[in-house]
Amino acid sequence: MSASVKDNLIGKAAVLEGLPEHPAVRAILAWKPEALEDAKFDHGELTLTIASDKIRSAAATVQAAGYNFFEDVTAVDWFPSSPRFQLSYHIVSHPYKERIRLRVLVDGEAPSVESITSVWPSANFYEREVFDLFGIRFEGHPDLRRIMMPDEWQGHPLRKDYPVEGYR
Amino acid sequence: MNPANTILEAPAATGSHDQHMILNMGPQHPAMHGVLRLVVEIDGEIVVRLQPEIGYLHTGIEKTCEAKFYHQIVPLTDRLDYLSPMANNLCYCLAVEKLLGLEIPEKAQWLRVLLAELTRLNSHLIWLGTHAMDIGALTVFLYTFREREEILRIFEGLSGQRMMTSYIRIGGLAMEPPLDFFDRVQGFIRTFPEKIDEYSNLLTGNPIFRNRLKGVGILSAADAIALGVTGPNMRGSGVDFDLRRDMPYSGYEKFQFKVPIATEGDCWARYLIRLIEMRESVKMIQQALDGMPEGLIKADAPKIVLPDREKMKTQMEALIHHFKIVTEGFAVPAGEVYQGIESPRGQMGYYIVSDGTAKPYRVHFRNPSFATLQAIETMCKGRMLADVIAVVGSIDIVLGEIDR
Repeated sequence: MSASVKDNLIGKAAVLEGLPEHPAVRAILAWKPEALEDAKFDHGELTLTIASDKIRSAAATVQAAGYNFFEDVTAVDWFPSSPRFQLSYHIVSHPYKERIRLRVLVDGEAPSVESITSVWPSANFYEREVFDLFGIRFEGHPDLRRIMMPDEWQGHPLRKDYPVEGYR
Repeated sequence: MNPANTILEAPAATGSHDQHMILNMGPQHPAMHGVLRLVVEIDGEIVVRLQPEIGYLHTGIEKTCEAKFYHQIVPLTDRLDYLSPMANNLCYCLAVEKLLGLEIPEKAQWLRVLLAELTRLNSHLIWLGTHAMDIGALTVFLYTFREREEILRIFEGLSGQRMMTSYIRIGGLAMEPPLDFFDRVQGFIRTFPEKIDEYSNLLTGNPIFRNRLKGVGILSAADAIALGVTGPNMRGSGVDFDLRRDMPYSGYEKFQFKVPIATEGDCWARYLIRLIEMRESVKMIQQALDGMPEGLIKADAPKIVLPDREKMKTQMEALIHHFKIVTEGFAVPAGEVYQGIESPRGQMGYYIVSDGTAKPYRVHFRNPSFATLQAIETMCKGRMLADVIAVVGSIDIVLGEIDR
């Protein structure tokens, strides 16, 4: 890698200039440059922001580029900002011994994004968890049910506007 | 297509097949290692379908974290994987330190490695005891808990707590280890390899234990990757990856150790891998004891690390810093980090998002058992119902970290 851990590259242009040989960046550019909305490299971690309707193909692209192990997906609620939700996918490469983060921004109105379970079946529980606790739907998920909370539960507890005290 | 897509294409358990029966195992079941519930569809004694139901221990720790100062979260992390508290503490502290850009003194790093490996022994001992007990070899349980007791006593001397240690803190360690700490650890690991031989003598040649595990719960390497299985379970399936060696943290690159691999992918392979891992951990603890550097155990960051008790009572600045940290916390620069470590159960990763205040905006725990649970169906399908017990025991799950 050309950039050392100390360097912070903020913005798509800086990352494309600083890490042109990075296998994940190269793969995304070779596949669909317009799908890459933003990028940053800080704390030694590469974050690629992907257009929200292309996450499944982007996941398949980085998988083919050697990022073979899906580790985690979770959400962040930026309420009341817009777009409200951020999804962070963490993917590890066994050959490169490295981790990347794919980021997707989702609107707060009926949030929904493509499921990546067809690329990595291991995303199954993680997407169910995000659905349960944030209320983001994953289209194409085989079994989108609540996983932590009881099935009849109302609301999504990890949202920032979910009341944390008093009776509901 | 991925080979593990079978888990996705299985039909819903409706009970419509006349000869099939839906059997509910757990959440209160002695072999479910906590409060795991398995909905098993069986044809006679053959498992047709298996669905884990979780959430019985869900306490909303991630939500609680958003209302706490950064240093107040350390005790919460103990309670995730309560069998390896030091691994949780370490992962959380490394993540916050990464966000803060904090340099940790070398002695603290070496002690952290020592404690992480001691925790691995602790966790593997419980796994071995309970796994053997599930299979019916009751004696081993008593032996492993005898050794675990010594580790817990070492932890107690170190932190005042046997299980919920909270000893690894942001910026270093809670306090200097007691005077007899290194001698006790040395004494423990001097005799421990013989104890592993003892377990091995009881189990490895035991024909019942062997028959219950060999060829049972097979997970291929491709399935292990597709289903997110990590740690000893993944290495038992022939995937050669260990974060301690491949993406080192906290000074692991300075240690020499082997990463055991087996290709069979059955319960027996996972059993052998963990036995070898225990031996490797002993070697690493010995290296840590031999090469333990001199120096401080806390970073020089008075606004982040709590001052020593002695200083607090004699120096004005220390008292002020103590008061400020405890009442207001410390601001962490805005940003997001993900820190992965190799916990006894596999790849643990903490994801922290900061908005620049003294409380984290979002904390997420990637715990290895949660993903490993997805692979149970693949391992059990088409096998006898009794093998489910062997499989659940062999993958070494902790429900505290699954449900969070």
